[in-house]
Amino acid sequence: MRILVVCGNGLGSSFIMELNVKKALAELGKEAVVEHTDLATARTEKADLFIGANDIIHSLDDGTRKIIALDNVMNVGEIKEKLTPYL
Amino acid sequence: MFDMIMKDILGTPAILVGLFALIGLLLQKKGVADIIAGTLKTIMGFVIIGAGANVIISSLDIFGKMFNKAFHLSGVIPNNEAIVAVAQNTFGMETALIMVFGMVVNILLARFTRFKYIFLTGHHTMFMACLIGVILSTGGLKGADLVIFGSVLLGLCMVLFPALLQPYVRQITNSDDFAVGHFGSLGYFVAGTIGKYFGNKESSTENIKVPKQLSFLRDTSVAVSLTMTILFVIVALFAGQSFIESKLSGGTNFIVYSLIQAITFAAGVYIVLAGVRILIAEIVPAFKGIADQIVPNAKPALDCPTVFPFAPNAVIIGFIMSFLAGLISMFLLPALGLAVIVPGLVPHFFTGATAGVFGNATGGRRGAILGAFANGLLISFLPALLLPLLGTLGFEKTTFGDSDFGVVGLILGFIMRLF
Repeated sequence: MRILVVCGNGLGSSFIMELNVKKALAELGKEAVVEHTDLATARTEKADLFIGANDIIHSLDDGTRKIIALDNVMNVGEIKEKLTPYL
Repeated sequence: MFDMIMKDILGTPAILVGLFALIGLLLQKKGVADIIAGTLKTIMGFVIIGAGANVIISSLDIFGKMFNKAFHLSGVIPNNEAIVAVAQNTFGMETALIMVFGMVVNILLARFTRFKYIFLTGHHTMFMACLIGVILSTGGLKGADLVIFGSVLLGLCMVLFPALLQPYVRQITNSDDFAVGHFGSLGYFVAGTIGKYFGNKESSTENIKVPKQLSFLRDTSVAVSLTMTILFVIVALFAGQSFIESKLSGGTNFIVYSLIQAITFAAGVYIVLAGVRILIAEIVPAFKGIADQIVPNAKPALDCPTVFPFAPNAVIIGFIMSFLAGLISMFLLPALGLAVIVPGLVPHFFTGATAGVFGNATGGRRGAILGAFANGLLISFLPALLLPLLGTLGFEKTTFGDSDFGVVGLILGFIMRLF
């Protein structure tokens, strides 16, 4: 399973989200490959799941991708809750 | 042998950052495969940044010639990625050393003072390390003095700027879980303060309808391509068809040529971002891992978009107001004898949006509008004032964008003149 975490620049906030997603997975006892990138690159990448903040992630939503939109990217509880149905 | 170590290993910035990544990976007790991959990727990231710099320079050079012909003025495009990438040719070693030891100073300060912030926005750490390295070198510092002084300065920036913002961050997030670690702090602090005194917290931006169509500009590649295309074409029209086709494009139609040059700049920024991403992907986790072990109850200081979801409308309003201030400043600057700072969508989007969120948290709509406008003025005037302090680097038609780089640069430049 490959999870791609996305933000506008692919540098800061997606990187922090990646760390939080990894933390959430560890707490759930699940394994996955987690990486982060920018929006433009995300459109060209294959992943089982795309995660990002709710104000930009929807621009990847073309019906072909599984997407999780986060309200608070720092809330590991929220990430766990939204991840669980996909694992 | 000793010469080889000192000159070729430590003097080659790409190898130097690879070495730091290697130490970081060893400290994290990673497996052999991870260590090899991480070290090689870090070196590659650094090389990619250099490659992107060459692409950016070629396009900026042409922009400079066109702008000069059109307006007989110097036009500068603030872009952190561009200036840092260009600076690596000359200041790569200083940047790498100040960056790594600055992180060490950050951890020590967080451990032994009441500023418990760990600054995790790796690309900004790198940019600030570069700025400090450039200003100190231009001011005449060298060797160990430069690295020690520079690292202490960087470490201080990494805790003091987040500390300055924290009272407002608490209001935005209604928690004390994380801080904002982004070197546009002065603009955000001014926005929050303006909101506090001139706004009304009750009339939040989030109660109005704001069109969502502008969020496509959140995509950096799109934003850079769009701004540069508009900019290049306008300047090309003023520079004139005959000049461009005879002197620059070798006969290619001047509009087509300008479009390609604009996209070339955007492509260069994209390449640099990819390089920076690979580079910091290895260094920041090591930094965070070590910090977590050494500093109990550390607070992460994070990139500015982490506050965007708290007030999405303020993000759009902030961007528009900041950009507007940038456009107005473009006409004010030459009147004051300063270089023309062309407003970039990217700096105005990220810092304007953040200033909007800060202003809204303390002063609602009025706070967001006025605060972001003030931020726009700051990121127009500070880069212009910073330009003369960058030495020969100041001739590259690009400069640092965000407010803290300007403030730190100006203060440092002033101190350097005293000695």
